[in-house]
Amino acid sequence: MHALKLIIRNTLRHKIRTGLTVFGLLIAVLAYGLLQTVVDAWYAGVDTASSTRLIARSSISLAFTLPVSYESRIRAIEGVNTVARSAWFGGIYKEPKNFFPQFAISTNYLDLYPEFVLPEAERQAWMRDRRGALVGRQLADQYGFKVGDTIPLRGSIYTGDWQFVVRGIFDGSDDTKITRHMLFHWTYLNEWLVQRPGRRANQVGVYILGIDAPDRAAEISRAVDKEFQNSVAETLTETEQAFQLSFVSMSNEIIAAIRIVSYVVILIILAVMANTMAMSARERTSEYATLKALGFGPGFIALLIFGESLAICVVGGGAGLWLTPYAAAGFKQAAGGIFPIFAVSQTTVIAQVLCALAVGVAAAIVPAVQASRVRIVEGLRAMG
Amino acid sequence: MNAAQPVVEIRNLAKAYHRGGQTVPVLTDITLDIQRGEFTALMGPSGSGKSTLLNLIAGIDKPDDGVLRVGGLDITVLNEGELADWRSRSVGFIFQFYNLMPVLSAYENVELPLTLTNLTRAERRERVELTLSMVGLSDRMDHRPSELSGGQQQRVAIARAVITDPMLIVADEPTGDLDRQSAADILAMLQRLNAELSTTIIMVTHDAHAAKTARRLIYLEKGELLLEPPAA
Repeated sequence: MHALKLIIRNTLRHKIRTGLTVFGLLIAVLAYGLLQTVVDAWYAGVDTASSTRLIARSSISLAFTLPVSYESRIRAIEGVNTVARSAWFGGIYKEPKNFFPQFAISTNYLDLYPEFVLPEAERQAWMRDRRGALVGRQLADQYGFKVGDTIPLRGSIYTGDWQFVVRGIFDGSDDTKITRHMLFHWTYLNEWLVQRPGRRANQVGVYILGIDAPDRAAEISRAVDKEFQNSVAETLTETEQAFQLSFVSMSNEIIAAIRIVSYVVILIILAVMANTMAMSARERTSEYATLKALGFGPGFIALLIFGESLAICVVGGGAGLWLTPYAAAGFKQAAGGIFPIFAVSQTTVIAQVLCALAVGVAAAIVPAVQASRVRIVEGLRAMG
Repeated sequence: MNAAQPVVEIRNLAKAYHRGGQTVPVLTDITLDIQRGEFTALMGPSGSGKSTLLNLIAGIDKPDDGVLRVGGLDITVLNEGELADWRSRSVGFIFQFYNLMPVLSAYENVELPLTLTNLTRAERRERVELTLSMVGLSDRMDHRPSELSGGQQQRVAIARAVITDPMLIVADEPTGDLDRQSAADILAMLQRLNAELSTTIIMVTHDAHAAKTARRLIYLEKGELLLEPPAA
């Protein structure tokens, strides 16, 4: 009981110093949580990838397309039950800063994505309109798109001015689904390409393959790639998750940098915290020596220092933890839809707690060892 | 331990400090007995080794050589943990600068040594209140050291020293940081403790006036006991 009393009162002894350290810890835990959430957000698409979908693309690069004639050959491969087309459009909505993904798709595309929920009436309306587009709920909310609105896009790959009419708005089946993109008819794009010179018509960006047995994904992928081996456009078929990861891996260095910064933040606060504890312990050398003279053991002295360090970390870390979801919400809003899914995960919360506790323990080790080893006679001579 | 046996028995005690490869003898061949109930003043100039001798008797420092028995127990063979346990039961400390815990009240400071015992909270309260009333601080129990005068702080320290009813109280320059009146009050209190409770007190002082309050004077010079008081 006396130990707890001493810990609490020692913690509050230098209010400004303790307050600043608590504030530093709050910022560090908050920053760590936000940076980890940024990394999680980067991987959000990967985490929600389906195991029953495969992606077949050009083995050279995503920038290369595949002939539309491949579709029937892929469908004939055993284990493949659906094949849908998708092509990256890359249009600009008003300003380049208003970036959102647009895909030209085949009409059976949504059959492969049951996580995108679209009212049947809207689906039928879209099927009937060759200029029709479907927009995700997050995208619709961001720009205020409504059914019937026209979305003008300036083509960057397919140069020219394009007009799409919103025929439906699809929702995610749960909060983890990203619905910040637009879908429109591949045939509309293809008709436009057919009328233009060059060999860009009748091409598909990627094929999405629906399979029944996820455990046969590797076998089916090999079969698809074997089918087009030594052809003009060889394929690379992989699971949707692997496909998404290949996207994320393009920004591996950025993610690594974010991760490193998040660890550096923790290391910095560890140094600040260790300095605070070292100063406190040094100032109290004569008090620790007095306690030892009275018969308190080295363990009691160490307990006081560890307790004080942990108390600061619990308060600062707890405040940082509490503020993280609010800061994440603010960050998401400020990021303007770059991160459609920006939620603090349970793993991040646990990591924040562990970081705060680790800082509390690590910062106290050296001062606690030194204080508990102090010789009474020398300690009594030290003036605080 | 029988009643006739000295509380402190010192035989051929030696202590030296080692600094920068040099050995500096502090105490040389000290032989001394202190009887139960004695109020002894250790006097001597700075560097004479009086504080070192007090520290050795109190078990907060270890001799290099010789025999040191306190209460019949050879404390030189005890390890750190055993010494800490022994100190908590057997020695009360009074320091020149009081050495109270600044974040604890007078009551809590006095209670501190009792937290190492098996006494219940109610028993501790009874003892602390009694002891604080004995040193005249019943009305200052909730005050922190910074809210007390030097003399009052030293009275709290005395209460803390006697609260466990130790066999020995060691006081290192207990009046060194006090004004004349407060010093006189503290010395009178120590005298009263010794007279009324037969508490064995060993006090280090370089103040001749303070030393006069003790019943026995021991002089040290250059680490050796003097048989006669030095010429003034």
